[in-house]
Amino acid sequence: MLRIEHAYWLIAAFLLYSGWRNLRDGHRWHAAFWIVLGLLFGAGDFILAQSAAGNALPAQIAGIGVIALACLAPRLRRQAHPENRSAEQRLQSAIELGHRLFGPALLIPLVTLLVALFGGYLVIGQFALFAQSQMTLTGLALACVIALLAAARVARTPVHEGVAEGRRLLDAIGWAALLPLLLAALGQVFTRSGVGAAIAEIATDFLPTGNATAALAVFALGMVLFTVIMGNAFAAFPVMMAGIGLPLLIQQHGAHPAILGAMGMLCGYCGTLLTPMAADFNLVPAALLELRNPYGVIKAQAWSALWIFASTFTMMWLLVFR
Amino acid sequence: MNYWPLLGVAVIVIGFALRFNAVPVVVVAALVSGLLAGLSVADLLALLGNSFVSQRMLLLFVLTLPAIGLLERAGLREHAQRWMARLQNLTLARLLIGYLLLRQLLATMGLTGVAGAAQTVRPLLAPMGEAAAQKILPELDQDDREELRAVAAATDNIGRFFGEDVFIALGAVLLIQAFYTQHGIELSPLAIALWALPTAVAAFVIQSVRIWLYQRRLQRRAARRERGA
Repeated sequence: MLRIEHAYWLIAAFLLYSGWRNLRDGHRWHAAFWIVLGLLFGAGDFILAQSAAGNALPAQIAGIGVIALACLAPRLRRQAHPENRSAEQRLQSAIELGHRLFGPALLIPLVTLLVALFGGYLVIGQFALFAQSQMTLTGLALACVIALLAAARVARTPVHEGVAEGRRLLDAIGWAALLPLLLAALGQVFTRSGVGAAIAEIATDFLPTGNATAALAVFALGMVLFTVIMGNAFAAFPVMMAGIGLPLLIQQHGAHPAILGAMGMLCGYCGTLLTPMAADFNLVPAALLELRNPYGVIKAQAWSALWIFASTFTMMWLLVFR
Repeated sequence: MNYWPLLGVAVIVIGFALRFNAVPVVVVAALVSGLLAGLSVADLLALLGNSFVSQRMLLLFVLTLPAIGLLERAGLREHAQRWMARLQNLTLARLLIGYLLLRQLLATMGLTGVAGAAQTVRPLLAPMGEAAAQKILPELDQDDREELRAVAAATDNIGRFFGEDVFIALGAVLLIQAFYTQHGIELSPLAIALWALPTAVAAFVIQSVRIWLYQRRLQRRAARRERGA
């Protein structure tokens, strides 16, 4: 049965390979960074299983590993590896291969889609091909492997060339790849430290909430601001609902729960478009697209976010107190 | 109420504002918040390690890199650009708005992992967009190219975000429902998801208008250059 853990092992293998290649090329800091990260990925299941069983030591060592990554990250220069082939060679190959190049690229979304839709039905006897949890992501991992094999066939290149190209792109992205995981971990630490509760208390103590419209504005802006700080609307939602939404808007001013919940969450999504804390949507794409400004994607979506927020807030204000 | 853990937020704000390397900034913020909240060093390390490895799915995009890298080496981007240049009726705005619609519809059905910056924007949408922009303004400089790629990534994000909230079996709707259930209000997922539709439409219209305005800006620059030349 294919499980998401298999994808993690694959990632671990790719990271360790990247580390090894960097070691061979004499980039010691890059090598150390990818090897530590690869080990964390490979040992992830063991760490979680031991924690669940009450042994905290592997998780503590992983915590030290995370701190080690933080010390290594500033030493990684964005070293643009030279492209292995010149622009003329690539153009020549593009003319020769034509539309066949699209095939493997489209296989990634296509196979993912097929697994997401039909993966659950692939059962041979008692044996299910895909585990139920995280099936789409497992499908994405499988799609990547299939696309690599297809690409190697189309381009008539050995597969290991592809893995080497992948490592080149990974080095170009560098530490930015790590941010989504770290920020998600930070969100959990913030929650455990009571950061959310403290902010909600300050907001309710100092802001005008007697008037229904003012309370709604505090709620909506709070969702945006809190999402900007935490990088995730899901973290902001329970805090703002428990602080303002439920006691004031619903119980005191009679707001419609479904409208308040859905549109309040969407106000938070506007905050996600604005914050570097949502690294997987904002910083990683900037690195992946080789933008010199790490905040380039945020800049491109800022006005959209403000207009979407304004329209959502207006609709919420008109509908929620009916 | 212990307000000291808020200093972790201050670390983030100052660190990001001064453009320090984000990785140590985030780790320091976590350590500051945790220690000021009174967690022991051992607990804090375990919390950090556990929460880090339980988020491993967020690095899944690196698995796309070998296939994409191999195809780019074989000329995928060059081919996407040449193909776009031949399609006369496919303007930049039509390309990006069409992608936005597709991305939003897929997300509405819960298929968020199907497209994305690594899966579709870098190998396909960005080079096709560059070629479409070049049909308007042949001499794009580096800044123009980067702005265009940023617009493509923004379009991808907006399509995904404001589509996924309409899907009833995905995180957001279930989170809202779970919160209300905990507090004694029973709502069906569909009742919540329906109220995400107005914003989904608004987001599509707003981003489409902004894409169209972006294209018009390029067209005006091209017209000015022609008059100047």
